[in-house]
Amino acid sequence: MLEQLDLTQLIFGRLSWDAIPLHDPVIVATFVVVAIGGAALLGALTYYRVWGYLWKEWFTSIDHKKIGIMYMVLGLVMLLRGFADAIMMRIQQAWAFGDATGYLPPDHYDQIFTAHGVIMIFFVAMPLITGIMNYIIPLQIGARDVAFPFLNNFSFWMTASGAALVMASLFIGEFAKTGWLAYPPLSGIMESPGVGVDYYLWALQIAGVGTLLSGINLLVTIVKMRAPGMNLMKMPVFTWTSLCTNVLIVAAFPVLTAVLGMLLLDRYLGTAFFTNDLGGNVMMYINLIWIWGHPEVYILILPAFGIFSEVVSTYSGKRLFGYASMVYATVVITVLSYMVWLHHFFTMGSGASVNSFFGITTMIISIPTGAKIFNWLFTMYRGRIRFEVPMLWTIGFIITFVIGGMTGVLLAVPPADFVLHNSLFLVAHFHNVIIGGVLFGLFAGITYWYPKAFGYKLDPFWGKMSFWFWTIGFYFAFMPLYVLGLMGVTRRMSQFEEDAAMQFWFQVAAFGAFLIALGILFFIVQLVVSHRRRDQLRDTTGDPWDGRTLEWATSSPPPQYNFAFTPRVHDLDAWWQMKQHKYRRPEQGFKAIHMPKNTAAGIILAGISTVLGFALVWHMWLLAGVSFAALLAVAIGHTFNYDRDYHIPAEEVERVEAERTRMLASHV
Amino acid sequence: MVVMSPSGDVAMQQRDLILWATGLMLIVIVPVIIMTLMFAWRYRASNRDAEYSPDWDHSTMLELVIWAVPLLIIIALGAITWVSTHKLDPYRPLDRIDASRPVPEGTEPLVVQVVSLEWKWLFFYPEQGIATVNELAAPVDRPIRFEITSHSNMNSFYIPALAGQIYSMAGMETKLHGVINEPGVYDGFSANYSGAGFSHMRFHFHGLETEADFEDWVEKVRDDGGELSRASYKQLAEPSQKEPVRYYADVDPGLYDAILNRCVDPGTVCMKDMMDHHGSAHTNDHDEHHDHGSHGN
Repeated sequence: MLEQLDLTQLIFGRLSWDAIPLHDPVIVATFVVVAIGGAALLGALTYYRVWGYLWKEWFTSIDHKKIGIMYMVLGLVMLLRGFADAIMMRIQQAWAFGDATGYLPPDHYDQIFTAHGVIMIFFVAMPLITGIMNYIIPLQIGARDVAFPFLNNFSFWMTASGAALVMASLFIGEFAKTGWLAYPPLSGIMESPGVGVDYYLWALQIAGVGTLLSGINLLVTIVKMRAPGMNLMKMPVFTWTSLCTNVLIVAAFPVLTAVLGMLLLDRYLGTAFFTNDLGGNVMMYINLIWIWGHPEVYILILPAFGIFSEVVSTYSGKRLFGYASMVYATVVITVLSYMVWLHHFFTMGSGASVNSFFGITTMIISIPTGAKIFNWLFTMYRGRIRFEVPMLWTIGFIITFVIGGMTGVLLAVPPADFVLHNSLFLVAHFHNVIIGGVLFGLFAGITYWYPKAFGYKLDPFWGKMSFWFWTIGFYFAFMPLYVLGLMGVTRRMSQFEEDAAMQFWFQVAAFGAFLIALGILFFIVQLVVSHRRRDQLRDTTGDPWDGRTLEWATSSPPPQYNFAFTPRVHDLDAWWQMKQHKYRRPEQGFKAIHMPKNTAAGIILAGISTVLGFALVWHMWLLAGVSFAALLAVAIGHTFNYDRDYHIPAEEVERVEAERTRMLASHV
Repeated sequence: MVVMSPSGDVAMQQRDLILWATGLMLIVIVPVIIMTLMFAWRYRASNRDAEYSPDWDHSTMLELVIWAVPLLIIIALGAITWVSTHKLDPYRPLDRIDASRPVPEGTEPLVVQVVSLEWKWLFFYPEQGIATVNELAAPVDRPIRFEITSHSNMNSFYIPALAGQIYSMAGMETKLHGVINEPGVYDGFSANYSGAGFSHMRFHFHGLETEADFEDWVEKVRDDGGELSRASYKQLAEPSQKEPVRYYADVDPGLYDAILNRCVDPGTVCMKDMMDHHGSAHTNDHDEHHDHGSHGN
């Protein structure tokens, strides 16, 4: 027995020098760039001595506003990675025709499209959506923080931990070559014995903990912590859509955890849930993953709908048209989103009645969605529309999204889906709704609430540049994919045997991707330019857009405690109504405010989880055991931390509020 | 655009369905786009002539209309969906050759058994006793019944000119019916990603003008073909890319059934024999049991 115990293997598992992909010049070049950039960033942070500040004020912070901003930073950084994958695919597909094999062998290309999908959904869209919800919800409902502030910090770091594992797979080993949902048997141990699928599974399991906990947290926050007077039908629409999204998260993510857990058991312990033999059934995996996967689509789009509702009402200077039907539509979509999952695999051989049922439930979703679109339209009707950048994104969204919705309903007709499924038409459709809906919504939301978070507006010129390049780029990049889909071109191809007839369309799409690259670049330019011009763009009022909801009642950026006194709500547009009634801020009588204290437990737990995930990926059983024990020890240890809260003294509150009074006076 | 101008009756009906559904939806989509642009322009802040009613947020009449119009369209589309999904169910034997010709009484479809391998296609012609790799042929206007399974990974069997796709899965059988109406050479491929060689998992489907042409093709396969035994199948099933066309004249008659039931290796128990009479590998046949669908053991 003892001589079989190989110490190297116990420590390093299957990790060896071979795992470093030195053979691939593309990856080596990427590594060099990332290494230089990373070293420069770390060096700069050290040089300017900001580590202590970052640790104390950000990494360990349990302030929902700071955590929200950290989510946004994570999402935007990962957007750059996900987009790099996208543009590599576009170049490869525009190139690899006939005898040309392009520059990416299938082995690498297959990892790229898998990583692109995983990153864009889990580590771009989810963090950005969660970040905005985190920042805005407590402000919109007049609360001082979320319900469980420590959990919030822990959730963020678990999401970041998952992202870190995905990034690690780029340089150590490989990522999955299975597509973003890792269907078995391809993702099973027989077909994918390498570490790629394990990276995928552990990254999503760790990030999933964060997503689920954050869902519970925000759900409880909205249900329990609304300001007095804000009953459900006086809740701002963004909070409503967020409520529905978090219900969906809490109900759907455990399914993902379970199905990925079973795949992990198949891979690590030789169970046979989803194997071809021994009674396993791949169709069970495909059903389960889409029972999570379809609600996930609505998890992303509902908050975006909420953002558009806030934006369109604010910039039209008008109450939202059909608030009640907006709320009902959102709830109907929430419920229906659980009844359509099978439309992702009509082609798996279900009977005609089953397919028709799921096709028709899918179409029914377009009714409440259509009602929402009309509600936005009639909010604009008889309004005074100011074409600030968020409003541009909203109009771009309405036009783009109805096209994506139409192709979506087309795909919901089963016999039509038989000829369009898995084609580039499908790819064009979901980018049409995810970019045109979720991403446009996020950009609208970021531009809309940026002055709230940072105290100055974003520079409109670069915002408009970003908008136009994104929008035009989108049409160039994805309309050709509809055409290619109708030409019978299937997705996930790294090489084409056909002659040049369709190559033209791929080249147009690649051109579109470059326009989008400029759109992203101009967005970053916008952040930099706005920071430099922050004095001209300063918002001293806290209400730069003549807003309607409570977040505009406090200063920009809000004080740590959000509101010195909890506001009372009498109307749907609470802040608008307060302004109409010549509301006066209280300037004295402040009391000490009870606040939660920062803690390092979240980042430490998530750090250990990253190590644990890495150890499990590489079968480093010793490290896995040690890190798991450490995880338990720190978690238990944290329960003995009784030093969790403190009071902001009344004098401090008074000083901050007096500062605000001076600021407001200077404005007038 | 092959999906928009196919050569087989099933794909043609699917094309028509796309056109109808798109037309129906444009009834809403076009006005919405026009109204968006119109409202945005008319109610711009600088246009002081336009009416401004900041508190107008409800109109029962209008809300009825904005729920009713999409509802009516979805009712129409839903009805079309129900009927067409049943009519174009890939498991349903064809009842017409094209829009004007029903299938003549007593016509038996040509049966082709399809196996997706890494990364090539194996076709058995049980009636003719032959098999081919990466080449498929059928006479024009003769209904074809495909019985489809997979060696291991999930693929999707798709000839856009002929009919919609259906997944191929190991240990299970799916079915597809189609008919080609014009002679020609058409592309077929896997429409579901299955690993490194996926991009080249393609074949040609020959629509042959007459039954005699088809017989000639079968003869050619018989003349040039080798042997496909369980042993040579094991070799063929090894992962490989860009496989050339291969013909087999001497085919082990139980091979397809053994692949479907995952018992090609000597000594392995077939899935259908593993669990009593319920069987595990499903041949989901409409005619036999009504709940088809490849599911469930």
